[in-house]
Amino acid sequence: MTLDAVLIYIAGIWLLIGAIFALVGSIGLLRFTDPMTRLHAPTKVGTVGIGALLLAGMIHAFVTGDGSIHELLIMSFLFVTAPISANFIAKVHIHRRTCETPPEPLKDKTWSTLDVPEERPKAVEAEA
Amino acid sequence: MTAALEFMNIALVIAFCAVAISQVLCMIRLVIGPDTGDRILALDTMVVNAIGIIVLLGIWQGTQIYFEVSMIIAMLGFVSTVAYARFKLRGDIIE
Repeated sequence: MTLDAVLIYIAGIWLLIGAIFALVGSIGLLRFTDPMTRLHAPTKVGTVGIGALLLAGMIHAFVTGDGSIHELLIMSFLFVTAPISANFIAKVHIHRRTCETPPEPLKDKTWSTLDVPEERPKAVEAEA
Repeated sequence: MTAALEFMNIALVIAFCAVAISQVLCMIRLVIGPDTGDRILALDTMVVNAIGIIVLLGIWQGTQIYFEVSMIIAMLGFVSTVAYARFKLRGDIIE
């Protein structure tokens, strides 16, 4: 078996992986019941699914003709913008109250590094 | 080499079928989506699937012509998703 044949097998396997991820993500988009869980499924389509398809395209281009790596540009663009659009859609869900609102935070006197109990008397002393 | 090409052809057909089915499933969610957020999400996923179909078409025909097409669709898909979401959030796209 030559190197070209092995590379074409690898490209075919990446194609199958990408197609399966795209299908699973869309089934999740259709089947899940809550808006926020529905947001979780299609992110796999945007990252792993398209990433695997583009990788298969690159390997195929290197084997069959003159190689090309500018599919990497689409890949990096999608990987950068997918979380941003998911964040915007989550904001729409939160502000339109279509998902469960998170519970109120606990009321507490100390928060993070502010008003730490041991530091409190010292600060009062310094003021006095 | 011919066995490998045969496998590649079968994988391509399977991938075309899977991405087309997932596009149809997204369209069903776009129609029945109970709220606007779900419809925006379904449109975003449909854009990603369309890029996948165009990439598969490029592999099928063995050309690099479709690279620009999928790049432009990726950019427009991101911009339109952000514009829809901002319109629902603020009632305005550019303030």
